[in-house]
This record gives sequence, C-alpha cells and structure tokens, in this order.
Amino acid sequence: MQALTNRAKQVERAPMTFIEQLYLWNILKGMAITFMHMFKKQPTIRYPEQKREFSPVFRGLHVLNRDEEGKERCTACGLCAVACPAEAITMEAAERLEGEENLYREEKYAAKYEINMLRCIFCGLCEEACPKDAIYLSETFTPADFNRKNFIYKKTDLLIPNPTTDAEGFAAAKGVKTNEIGLKN
Amino acid sequence: MTILALDWFLLIEKLILIAIIIFASLGIALYTTFAERKVAAILQDRPGPNRAGPFGLLQPLADGLKLITKEEIIPTHANKWLFILGPGLAMTAALMTCAVVPWGGTIDVMGHQVDLQIADVNIGMLYVFAVVSMGVYGVMIGGWASNNKFSLMAALRGASQAISYELAMGLSLIALLMITGSLSLRTIVEQQVGHVWNIVYQPLGFLIFFICALAECNRTPFDLPEAENELNFGYHQEYSSMKLGFYLFSEYINMFISSTIMATMFFGGYDLPFVTSHLSSPGIAAIVGLVVLMTKVVMFIFLFMWIRWTIPRFRYDQLMNLGWKKMIPLALANMLVTGFFILLKQNNWHF
Repeated sequence: MQALTNRAKQVERAPMTFIEQLYLWNILKGMAITFMHMFKKQPTIRYPEQKREFSPVFRGLHVLNRDEEGKERCTACGLCAVACPAEAITMEAAERLEGEENLYREEKYAAKYEINMLRCIFCGLCEEACPKDAIYLSETFTPADFNRKNFIYKKTDLLIPNPTTDAEGFAAAKGVKTNEIGLKN
Repeated sequence: MTILALDWFLLIEKLILIAIIIFASLGIALYTTFAERKVAAILQDRPGPNRAGPFGLLQPLADGLKLITKEEIIPTHANKWLFILGPGLAMTAALMTCAVVPWGGTIDVMGHQVDLQIADVNIGMLYVFAVVSMGVYGVMIGGWASNNKFSLMAALRGASQAISYELAMGLSLIALLMITGSLSLRTIVEQQVGHVWNIVYQPLGFLIFFICALAECNRTPFDLPEAENELNFGYHQEYSSMKLGFYLFSEYINMFISSTIMATMFFGGYDLPFVTSHLSSPGIAAIVGLVVLMTKVVMFIFLFMWIRWTIPRFRYDQLMNLGWKKMIPLALANMLVTGFFILLKQNNWHF
C-alpha cells in the first residue's frame, strides 16, 4: 500500500536483543531525560503570593459604577437584567427624592440590585447592554463562601467606593489591576 | 564496673546506641518521604510541597499528624490480631536490619572504646538477609488478615517477587563474599579502607544487587505489590490511619537500610578515599566516617527516587522473566568468573 506521506515508518518487530531485554540502556536514557528536567524553569505561579497576568478583556465580579462626583450611575432601566442569559440580575427601581441629588445621578435609581453569582456566567452582556456605563466587570475573581445565600450579591457588595470620600478605594476598584496589587504585597 | 557479672557500661552504651539509631532511622525515613515528593516535583518541573514551614520542611510532620488523626478501620471479617500484627512486623523487620551496620569507626568515651555499631556479628550479612526476608511476613500477614481478595493477591504478588529477587541478591553477594572472605560488615568495610572499594572488583555484582534491592524495597519499576493506580492498590488496601502509615513508613526505612548496605558492601562504608586512613584521631575519623556514610546513603536514596520518577513499572510476567531468566543466570555467571579469577590469583596467575 502506498503511504500518504514520506514520514510513514515501518514498525520494527525484531525480537529484543539480550542487552535490550535487560532494559538498562533505555532506562539510562530515560534517566538522562529526567535529570535534564531538574534544570528547567518551573512554570508554576505561586498563587496567593503571585497572580497570573490577566488579559485586558478579563471578566470578573461586577461593580456598580459612580460618576466623578460620587453619584450612582444606575437608573434601574432593567436592560442588564433583560440581556442576562443566566437571569442572574434582579432589581427594584425607586424615584429620587428631594435632597438626594448628590446620591443618584438621575431621577430614577435602583433601590435594590442583586446579582446571583452562582447563576452568573460572567459573559459581560450586562456591561454591553448598559446605556449609562453603570455596570462593568472587574478583575476580582474567586469569591468563596460557606453559604449559598452569601453568593447573592447585594447593592452594598457591588457598589464602587465613593470617589469623593474614599478616593483610594475608588481608584483601586476602578483602575489598578488586581495582579499588580498582588505583586505589590 | 561489673555488678551481677554484667558489664553495665556496655549495656548502657548499647541501649543509647540503639535508641539513637532507631530514632535517627525514623527521622530519616520521615524526611525521605518529604525528599521523595520534592525530588518528584523537581524532576517534573514543579515546586513540590512548600506550604508547611520554610520550604515545606514541616510537611512530613503534617502528613504524620494527618495519618494519626484519621479514622482507624478494622474490617469486620478481618483477623483482628494478625491485622494489627502485620504493620508492626513490617516496621520491626525494617528497623532490625540497622543492628549490624557499622556507622563509623571507634570512638573513645570516658576511657571506653565504643564502636559505632550495635552488634558486630560475624555473620552480619546473613543476619541482614534473614531479617529482610522477615519483612515478607509483614506483607503476607497484612494481606491475608485483611480478608480481601485484592489484598491477598497483592500480598502473594509481593511475596513471590521478594522471594524471586532474594535469590539473585544472595547469589550476587556470594561472589563478593568470596573476595572478602568474611560475612562481618565491619571486616568488609575495614578491608576497603585504604584500598580500592569492592565496586571495582564486583561491578556486575553491584548492579544485580542494586536491581534486586529495588525489588526488595518494592520500589518502581518493581512496585507491583502496591500498584495503587492499576492493580487496585496492594496488600495494605484495607488499612487506614497509622497502620497504613507504618506500612508506607517501613518501606522508606527499608530503602534507607538497603542504601546503607549497598554503601557498606560496595562503596567502602564510612571510608573516604585517601583521607580516612590518614586521620590520626579516632574521634574525628569516626565523625568524618559517619558524614561520609550518610552522604553515600543520601546519594543512593536520590538514585532510588530518580529511578522511580523516570520509568513505569514492569508487567508481572516481565518482572518474573527478569528475575529468573536474567538476574539469576547473570549472578551465577558473575560468581563463576569471580571464582575463576580468585583461583587464578592463588595460583600466581598461572593456569
């Protein structure tokens, strides 16, 4: 039969010689290979101390954004909840009252905003759907808890720190990458 | 100081020596488990255990604690006494071997000459063989008392392997003993101090002995008795907690002891070439000797691990073929050639 490529190699079925039957030579060759591996670079990232570089489009846990004056951007329009393929987002809208102009950017705001992180598939469609730039996915990941209930993130868990009162926390949540923070520590 | 016609100093000296050697063996075996994991990791390009203590040095203690705190299960239909006896026997047999190993020269303690050896038996090598063979009882009893088919099969596998390879091991040693003319391990070492090591006379004998030592210690490529991933574990399948720990532990002690025996028989024991025979003070010579012997042992243990993490295990028929059809004929031929040359030398190299 004609071979498809010139790389085809006939299987050798000659019985092993006495030296081969002792396996020694082949074992020595194998040991040389493993010995060379002692001097190779380890690809291991020592996780809690070191963290892997994320790509710029990494999608981690959600953050509810504020504007520069610290007002919440979300208007509870519900587009994110509609866009969500996992149906992880629920919200309740409320009307802004007199004297709350410094808290909420527009006349309507989300009184309740919950994301079920066990349902969420971190697709980022909510971020794309949002017309107000109110929700985006951060680089925080691996939430861990003993309780299912705690995986339903409330507004307090999601809201970004206020830039007027907690500028540092705001910057950390917004701009600085988590792996850079990890390397600094 | 003789009361009740007993040399009390000798008694205390030996007791202290026994305690030191047993605890040292246990400590070394403890850290051999750690070394095994580290060597495996380094050969596989990963860091290995590094969380418990600096560089993971407390890992063996954590492992031991884990084993002790685990639930102890004795199967309902197991023979309870034999089930408990098995791991104890394996451990005892492993520890008993160190009695005849010379760990160094003679030191001077309060005017008494103290040999760094528990007992200089004139049949030292035979004693080692006798005790090593006892180790098979640990395997057999453990496997049989578990009342589990798989355990029993594994125990039979282990016993037949140990018996097959002991033959070749013994034959390879006979050639060496023909040269040394003594079974006492101290005499064998002292013959090598200042002269060439026995490995020069017996390279093939050493190779056979080394391969058989791998088989005796149930190390890869001969670890069929405990093939956890393909043959349903081994004779200790029903064991849990520290009883399992004892079985695993005794194996590491066996590895340590066979490394020591190999260093003693073939690599000059506590002898450092060109140095030991020129050291004037016996105390310093003994300490240097101990360090040298330990270095040799560590190198052998590393070799054991290096082999383990390089090659897969043999199939059972390959194992038996190698033992009976290759090792024993080779050992016999080695013995004949050695005998031929000894006779030739006695005849002043004339036929």
